[in-house]
Amino acid sequence: MENTTAEKFTAKELVTDQEVRWCPGCGDYSILKQAQTVIPELGIARENIVFISGIGCSSRFPYYMETFGMHSIHGRATAIASGLKATRPELSIWLVTGDGDGLSIGGNHTIHLLRRNFNLNVLLFNNEIYGLTKGQYSPTSEEGKVTKSTPMGSVDHPFNPIALCLGADATFVARSMDRDPKHLQAILKRANDHKGASFVEIYQNCNVFNDGAFEVFTEKSSKKKETLFMESGKPLVFGDNNELGIKLDGFTPVVVNLTEGASENDLWIHDDRDRVKAGILARFFDNPRAMSEHHLPRPFGVFYVEDRPVYEEKMIAQLESMTAKRGAGDLDALLRGRETWTIS
Amino acid sequence: MAESHEIPIFALQLRALFIMAQQQEVIDNVIIKFAGDSGDGMQLTGTQFTNTAAMLGNDLSTFPDFPAEIRAPQGTLAGVSGFQLHFGSVEIFTPGDFCDVLVAMNAAALKANLRNIRKGGTIIVNIDGFDAKNLRLAGYGDVNPLENGSVDNFNVVKMDVTKMTRAALDGSGLGVKEIDRAKNMFVLGYLYWMYNRSMDHTIKFIQEKFDKKPDIRDANLKVLSAGYNFGETREEATSRFSIGPAKIAPGTYRNMMGNQAVAIGLIAAAQKAGLQLFYGTYPITPASDILHELSRHKNFNVKTFQAEDEIAGICSAIGAAFGGALAVTGSSGPGIALKTEAMGLALMLELPLVIVNVQRGGPSTGLPTKTEQSDLLQAVYGRNGESPIPVIAAATPSDCFYMAYEACRLAIDFMTPVMLLTDGYIANGAEPWMFPKAADLPEIKVNFAKYVEGEKFLPYKRNEKLSRPWAIPGTKGLEHRIGGIEKQHETGNISYEAANHEFMVAMREDKVEKIADYIPEIKPEVGTDKGKLLVLGWGSTYGAIKSAVLQAREKGIDVTFAHIRYIRPFPKNLGEFLKNYDQVLIPEMNRGQLIKMIRDKYLIPAIALNKVQGLPFSAEEILSRIESLSK
Ligand code: SF4
Repeated sequence: MENTTAEKFTAKELVTDQEVRWCPGCGDYSILKQAQTVIPELGIARENIVFISGIGCSSRFPYYMETFGMHSIHGRATAIASGLKATRPELSIWLVTGDGDGLSIGGNHTIHLLRRNFNLNVLLFNNEIYGLTKGQYSPTSEEGKVTKSTPMGSVDHPFNPIALCLGADATFVARSMDRDPKHLQAILKRANDHKGASFVEIYQNCNVFNDGAFEVFTEKSSKKKETLFMESGKPLVFGDNNELGIKLDGFTPVVVNLTEGASENDLWIHDDRDRVKAGILARFFDNPRAMSEHHLPRPFGVFYVEDRPVYEEKMIAQLESMTAKRGAGDLDALLRGRETWTIS
Repeated sequence: MAESHEIPIFALQLRALFIMAQQQEVIDNVIIKFAGDSGDGMQLTGTQFTNTAAMLGNDLSTFPDFPAEIRAPQGTLAGVSGFQLHFGSVEIFTPGDFCDVLVAMNAAALKANLRNIRKGGTIIVNIDGFDAKNLRLAGYGDVNPLENGSVDNFNVVKMDVTKMTRAALDGSGLGVKEIDRAKNMFVLGYLYWMYNRSMDHTIKFIQEKFDKKPDIRDANLKVLSAGYNFGETREEATSRFSIGPAKIAPGTYRNMMGNQAVAIGLIAAAQKAGLQLFYGTYPITPASDILHELSRHKNFNVKTFQAEDEIAGICSAIGAAFGGALAVTGSSGPGIALKTEAMGLALMLELPLVIVNVQRGGPSTGLPTKTEQSDLLQAVYGRNGESPIPVIAAATPSDCFYMAYEACRLAIDFMTPVMLLTDGYIANGAEPWMFPKAADLPEIKVNFAKYVEGEKFLPYKRNEKLSRPWAIPGTKGLEHRIGGIEKQHETGNISYEAANHEFMVAMREDKVEKIADYIPEIKPEVGTDKGKLLVLGWGSTYGAIKSAVLQAREKGIDVTFAHIRYIRPFPKNLGEFLKNYDQVLIPEMNRGQLIKMIRDKYLIPAIALNKVQGLPFSAEEILSRIESLSK
């Protein structure tokens, strides 16, 4: 996919002539901006880039990227991308989906895409609401959420997208947010560098129907306390002056204060190749507003990475092995089959 | 009988020649059904007999009748597996209506097929399969149908196949289980004797198949001969029959099944077009064999993708089409229902895509292993919005090859999804096929769009076929976006403009209608350009209608047969053509679907003949309607 001889292009050249149609103030603008900033730096020829989306606010994304693109049908971008990658492995494919598109109507395709491990990138914009249909709860909305379709509050238990993807044996699982451009850019780059299906959950504010859903993670006043930025090889610390850390007590994560006697040596060192610990980190998922006793900060960054052969290469290897064994297909031999008889 | 297998074969053959000269009856066609428990090897027996008939120059047609349930209990009706073969020295168009000979390995096989034997036909029974237990499992209770008069109208040949197989292999050192597995060879040997066929082909087959297991090989050969010898030495007089070669067009033939023909047709089209073939699908009866066949030919640059569901099957194919592959999805009714939204997308994207529907009995799960033609209206009309998709249908097992090829040609030429209809009857049925040479297949031209310096690329600009350019990712300068939202003429940009929408709806319809200029006109298959009665068919009713019309014409009835392969659009001359006949009869395995389209479009009072039993028409059923209309 990396193509060093690719003709360079600028972020500006990724902007299309189509008017961007998201609501003013929507988090999608920032994500678009970061993608347009990062992609020219990846060394991929522009004609080899394809954006594919389903339906939803996020799914308008391809119209604003001057690359190849397809705005498909609800939930199916994953399946479409699978077929494209299987036949055109050299393309750089970016899937844009949302919590409704990718986890509800298209949830089945998402998990299967991840387990198969096609080498492509899935950007799931999670705004915990249905925006395009004007404000119903989504599969990531918290229990009790009052929306147009749930005037008495939702009784649905929400998905934890990171845990779901780990459960589907995804080989790259990360989380970022619209309001942290630098972090988002870095994660997009890492997702692209990973060979395999890269899943990036991006917290995205829908200022019209679910404003402030991620406020505690994005606002200056609370961000440092409520977020945990993971870096492999480094201890898990957070807090205004990184004075707080995470320690593992058996399999139980506990918050310790470095200014109150805890030692940096006791802290959990993040290892993004550790599947078991990734599973524990995925469960740092309590409601920050509930103020429970076991409250943990929300992790951002790469939870887990794994090197596993990608689907399209295994598929091609089979074609090559059969061709090596039998030779390139001879159509006349195929038409003739094994057994023939002649009538004279 | 005990000594029979000790007589040298050449001596028996000499004697056979002698008997033959005295007793052989020459007939021109026969229908044999092999029926038994799933474990009795009836499919193999049928296939062997079929291949021998083919080698001897007979025309033929076959149909397997698989048990409705996987691993149904032994000896029950649900576990009966059958194989029907119709062969002759005359032209054969169908696997046949009523069998002349039924081989029943057990009571359930008799019960399942008793209704389908011609009066006076022969029933060959394995009496070992009629013991108390088998009678009970077949639902006969303690009444033996062989003794209560149920089979009085037939010529019954009783043999204890199990006992004689065991006797033949006495001292072979094989276990009882292995010995019993050779039972089908005894029956096959006997039928070879009965129809005076050479066993060479099957002997060769056994030698090759059990090359590495000499004891099994010898056992099968021995039992095969024992069956043949049993015919020779049987005391009761049984007639033997002789069926000469058919007068079929000279050439080299192979046997071809419908699903296999679809698969090979797709590969041929991809090869001729110079494209990789992508098949995205989900297993479903009776379409899965297309996937199985394609997955065996990866050295033809064939990629098969068993998706997580039907929707992913078609959507992966749409992705592949966007990337420039010859993309195909296949299914049957329930799966097609799930794919319909994505079909609408493909038609909006105007990408080439072939959708194969191997129809089965519906609605819902319906009759998965049975045949029907009841998805026609779904194919033509069954999507949201004004959504024209070309629909074509295969007539016979080998015609599936040509129609699959044609579906690919139309999809690529017109940048459109195309629906190919077959059904369980022709998908599993087989017939001899004078296969073409690759070089003789029509060209399929692919012109991927290229960037023209200084020109703005218009993804929805159309050519003389109203077809848009196929601009695939990786082509510099052609970056563009497509989607399911209505698009502006030529630019392909999103457009909600009222007049543009109406224009585009009409444009997509005109494009599909335009196909009529590029497909053959309709003409009689049998009969005359004008006449009293036209029988108009589509899909797998071809064989039954053709047989019926030929028989009717022999009786002096003025009747013509024409067959529609292109359903949307219809052949250009169809309206004029229909007016040349006083009456039009349309037989269909549904409640009348093509007839609705014909009445709607041409305003003629066509007459329906419908059958919705999960079974194909018999020629007799069509013939009797022709006769009643001609009175
Ligand atoms: S509805 Fe919400 S998610 Fe959709 S564009 Fe508006 S702000 Fe963004």
